[in-house]
Amino acid sequence: MVDFWAPWCGPCKAIAPTVDALEKEYGDKMTFAKVNVDENPISPSKYGVQAIPTLIFFKNGEIADQITGMVAKEKLEETIKGVL
Amino acid sequence: MTKTDYDLIIIGAGPAGLTAGVYAARARMNVLLLEKAVPGGQILVTDWIENYPGFPEGISGFDLAEKMKTQAEEMGLKIETAEVHSLNLSEKLKEVVLKDKNITAKSIIIASGASPRKLGIGEDKFMGKGISFCATCDAPFFRDKTVVAIGGGDTAVQEAIFLTKFAKKVYLVHRRDELRATKILQERAFENQKIEILWDSVATGVEGFFGVEGVKIKNVKTNEERTIKADGCFIWVGILPNTSFLNNAVKTDAFGFILADEKMQTSVPGVYVAGDVRDTPLRQISTAVGDAAIAAVSAEHFIENL
Repeated sequence: MVDFWAPWCGPCKAIAPTVDALEKEYGDKMTFAKVNVDENPISPSKYGVQAIPTLIFFKNGEIADQITGMVAKEKLEETIKGVL
Repeated sequence: MTKTDYDLIIIGAGPAGLTAGVYAARARMNVLLLEKAVPGGQILVTDWIENYPGFPEGISGFDLAEKMKTQAEEMGLKIETAEVHSLNLSEKLKEVVLKDKNITAKSIIIASGASPRKLGIGEDKFMGKGISFCATCDAPFFRDKTVVAIGGGDTAVQEAIFLTKFAKKVYLVHRRDELRATKILQERAFENQKIEILWDSVATGVEGFFGVEGVKIKNVKTNEERTIKADGCFIWVGILPNTSFLNNAVKTDAFGFILADEKMQTSVPGVYVAGDVRDTPLRQISTAVGDAAIAAVSAEHFIENL
């Protein structure tokens, strides 16, 4: 799962603890990564990211699912289970 | 007295819920705050706040939310992440239905806030792909691009001004011939060279394949229609109450905002309301925290008299 974020984005910072908690739970089953869109402008445009926070789930190199905006832990966990 | 899990359950952790939490925790009530996503509410998507007293230089929405959350937690407030599915309310006992359990309380404060209203012009298809409700989050993706902003209230005008820090051109589409936003914001918008206001106009659709490529605009006086080439479309046309769990458990106005008396009590004794979800003439952080203080003290008095 790649978390596209930026330091100026309040909602990105707000969901960070939720993402970190889920990494502790599911970190052995999948890889959690973060992309700072300021430092890496090419990756977000490659995947059509025009809003953050955006979480993209990759499975075997393909996009398996995608969430944009602030999201509840329940919904995020459902998505993770769906992708796994 | 009926035994309950908590004295008070607060629903929603925006400025109203967190303030109610501060008051209730300070009063040493056995209180739980439920939040479905993350504490902060709508101020998390507010770039800059300059009309909340105590911050003469202004403060970012995220920082203010963090400060409110820290203050509540240091006072001893317990915050849990859970979505409320429904309520079973009687005078003596209030039951809150969550996904995997039911919890009970003597009193409830509903502070579930409000969400941006959609126009139905393709928000679901283009959300995150050019349509946005949050300039703070998404404006930097529109550096040197053209965007359309829809609305004429405080939020629309303030965020349109913020958009000009990045976009080369911002069309502000407003259905009337004057703005509703406060005068200082109007002055800033009129002075801003990058903002062009399209009066008497409404957006009727969004065009694009992968993302937004244009916004269809109709002049409501002449009925003339045209498409403005744009890479993004930001929508700020009012809000709707977050009350999907309510099922008429308390009385609301025609739009679904919860009715209350001067003690913030709803139509059910012991159930209070605070903030944007209330039927109120003004929705600000300062009014939300005022509502919340009254609601928390009212809840305390209600429990003492049970």
